[in-house]
Amino acid sequence: MSTANTELVAAPRVHYLNASYGVKSWLLTTDHKRIALLYLASITLMFFVGGSAAVLMRLHLIEPQGALVQPETYNKLFTMHGVVMVFFFLIPSIPAVLGNFLVPMMIGARDLAFPRLNLLSWYVYVIGALFTLYALLTGGVDTGWTFYTPYSSTYAKTQVIATALGVFITGFSSILTGLNFVVTIHKMRAPGLTWFKMPLFLWAMYATSIIFILGTPVLAITIFLLALERLLHVGIFDPALGGDPLLFQHLFWFYSHPAVYIMILPGMGVVSELITCFSRKKIFGYTFVAFSSMSIAVISFLVWGHHMFVTGQSIYAGLIFSLLSFLVAIPSAIKVFNWTATLYKGSISYQAPMIYALGFIGLFTMGGLTGLFLASLATDVHLNGTYFIVAHFHYIMVGGAVMAYLGGIHFWWPKITGRMYPDMWARIAAVIIFFGFNLTFYPQFILGYLGMPRRYAVYPAEFQVLNVMSSAGASILAIGYVIPLIYLIWSMRYGPVASSNPFHAKGLEWQTPSPPPTENFEEIPVVTEEAYAYGSEESAHA
Amino acid sequence: MSGHIVAVRVYIGVFLSLLVLTGVTTWVAFIDLGPLNAVVALAIATVKMLLVILFFMHVRYSGGLTRIVILTGFLWLALLIALTMTDAFTRQWSPLPEGWGASTATPQSPR
Amino acid sequence: MHDAAAAGAHPAALRHHFEDLDQQQEAGNLGMWVFLVTEIMFFGGLFAGYAIYRAEFLPAFEAGSRLLDIQLGATNTAVLIGSSLTMALAVHAAQTGKRNAQVFFLLLTMVLGAAFLGIKYVEYAHKWEHHLVPGLRFAPDEMLKPGTSLPNVQLFFCFYFFMTGLHGLHMIIGMGIMAVLTRMAWKGRFHSGYYAPVEVSGLYWHFVDIVWIFLFPLLYLIGGRY
Repeated sequence: MSTANTELVAAPRVHYLNASYGVKSWLLTTDHKRIALLYLASITLMFFVGGSAAVLMRLHLIEPQGALVQPETYNKLFTMHGVVMVFFFLIPSIPAVLGNFLVPMMIGARDLAFPRLNLLSWYVYVIGALFTLYALLTGGVDTGWTFYTPYSSTYAKTQVIATALGVFITGFSSILTGLNFVVTIHKMRAPGLTWFKMPLFLWAMYATSIIFILGTPVLAITIFLLALERLLHVGIFDPALGGDPLLFQHLFWFYSHPAVYIMILPGMGVVSELITCFSRKKIFGYTFVAFSSMSIAVISFLVWGHHMFVTGQSIYAGLIFSLLSFLVAIPSAIKVFNWTATLYKGSISYQAPMIYALGFIGLFTMGGLTGLFLASLATDVHLNGTYFIVAHFHYIMVGGAVMAYLGGIHFWWPKITGRMYPDMWARIAAVIIFFGFNLTFYPQFILGYLGMPRRYAVYPAEFQVLNVMSSAGASILAIGYVIPLIYLIWSMRYGPVASSNPFHAKGLEWQTPSPPPTENFEEIPVVTEEAYAYGSEESAHA
Repeated sequence: MSGHIVAVRVYIGVFLSLLVLTGVTTWVAFIDLGPLNAVVALAIATVKMLLVILFFMHVRYSGGLTRIVILTGFLWLALLIALTMTDAFTRQWSPLPEGWGASTATPQSPR
Repeated sequence: MHDAAAAGAHPAALRHHFEDLDQQQEAGNLGMWVFLVTEIMFFGGLFAGYAIYRAEFLPAFEAGSRLLDIQLGATNTAVLIGSSLTMALAVHAAQTGKRNAQVFFLLLTMVLGAAFLGIKYVEYAHKWEHHLVPGLRFAPDEMLKPGTSLPNVQLFFCFYFFMTGLHGLHMIIGMGIMAVLTRMAWKGRFHSGYYAPVEVSGLYWHFVDIVWIFLFPLLYLIGGRY
């Protein structure tokens, strides 16, 4: 494997990180691994921007009358939190960082199909992020991340257009990433790597890319119409001029509901990799897990109306959307059952990535099951617009997507950087995050059930105990997120050098040195065995 | 390269058919067919689209994957329109609650 | 370029991460088709809005449609179909390696594209003169049928301008691509072994044509002109 010079033993091996130096070599790189790191840096920054808004909100809600900010500022805080976290962290998180890094490695290719398009997508993302940050710094926006009309188009006095443009621009970055993945997975698989030998992470990426491709353009045109309506007041979404504000919601959720699956599907892909590796077992029911990703991608487009049960949407449309929404539970449940069946009689080791993966399964299940409450028409009337919804989608997006993202970052960190992170700290952080998360959001289920509405800066005094619990949890959660930031940065310089396959995992990405050479593989590998062929060589390293 | 080369006369033939269809669809617009006018116009447009896709864009000579990609695109467009329509066309089926003016359905007052 | 190192084994146009030109061409082709699907959905949002509002305000949309110039619309359709033909012939010339024919047909495509945009400009100017630009200058001179409210006619013109405007933007981008292609063709870069850029750009140009093939009946024709 190694090309190290035999005469100069100390000479460092050339890999993608030290192949060239300087700012220019990073900003003009077309190497998918370096672009993944550019994305990693940018989305980490955005995560902490969005996270600080969340911390401020939770601090504010310690007291019923609000402890910190004016109600107008509170509105801007939750909008900023939502916009930044959804569009600039969660959607690009796993696809743009881990996907970018791993898709070519897992299929045994030298790069994505369109490397320059890949770099362009990062620049597009940065420009979109700058637009949004500019809007947030020059007054902010208070419409909520959903930009509902006619408030956003007619009445809001804040920076709607600049924020919307930021979201519009960033959408094209997702489109380019999705396009790149689809073409790469179709056309660039290594010899022998058939569709059903692919790691499930790739199936998840493929399904996610399909949503990017089919959904994001609709969001783009919707945001475009919103900006025009705001500029010209021609009545597209204004009932006073014959327009239909619900049309905005239809078009918006046509993308933004599938966007939820953009966030969770990649996480499911990561978890399939983690569960198999750390229980040393083949995945239970490979084809079911693979096809459940695809069916989630398809069904996700048929259910958007469940966000609109309590708007003026027709009750008949509501019935259809409610029925279709329940269908999503089937492929999601298939995945959860198959993961647990994989764990059964496995030789499980509780390393940090596995703790995240197990946390994901539990929290995702809770988030998913509470989703069923919201999918049924009558219950939704009671719960819609309350903290129940807030808790539900945070269980999916934070308990699900962010846990999987962190698990994945830890799992592939040795491959990305060539260094090991301190495992004990990583385990401690994972446990802190799990507890902090539950303490933050479990009380919100109860609050919502009791009727506390979301997006208000004040609340009745009887809700204070649960709110203080939630705020306390948020502080623990914040600490839990800072710890990995510190030790991961530390490990890049001081961590022990990682071998090419520290977790004895399967998959092509582990067959090349850590960090990989610029071209990924010395020679394009030929795949003969199935995915997750754990068990065959267990005795060798046990 | 393995691309299919289409004969020039096929291109000319497709071009002439498209011109004829443009003439026909314009002519039909001036004949009163009731609601069928829209149907005929869109049907002719679809035929024109198929001619362009199959011959100018070489899909007649390309593999299944390209066809699946195209069909997916149109299927999703249909989903977008159809499921939005389930709301727009059934909203009037249920009566408005007591005391709500019917004016909310089609307001006429300009700003 | 990375492929300089392996220039001996690789054709000049092959990028380093592909195995061979066939794989590169197939990837480019699929990439463009997938991109066109995103374009379908991009225009699709507008088509969905148009469909719903047209169904809701049929008389107003028909009245608006009758205010458009059907002759200019039909002429533009013919012009654009012509440009699709010349584009297809440019691809043909690239496949058969005829350099002068490539340059000729690409230039002709650009000329026809420019003619389309010129006619579109005439139409837009006409709409501006007759106060038919929503938001900025909207006060139709002509009498409207009873039952058609002014804001709803304005809604029709919103869609007219958004759809044709977005289409026109795609034309302008397409002509920019043509300019680059013409330069490459002039330098003799395309031949029977390598013509993917011409082919893939052709797909884009034909797609823009298809959008117009639908915009023409939706906007100009189905307004009850009898």
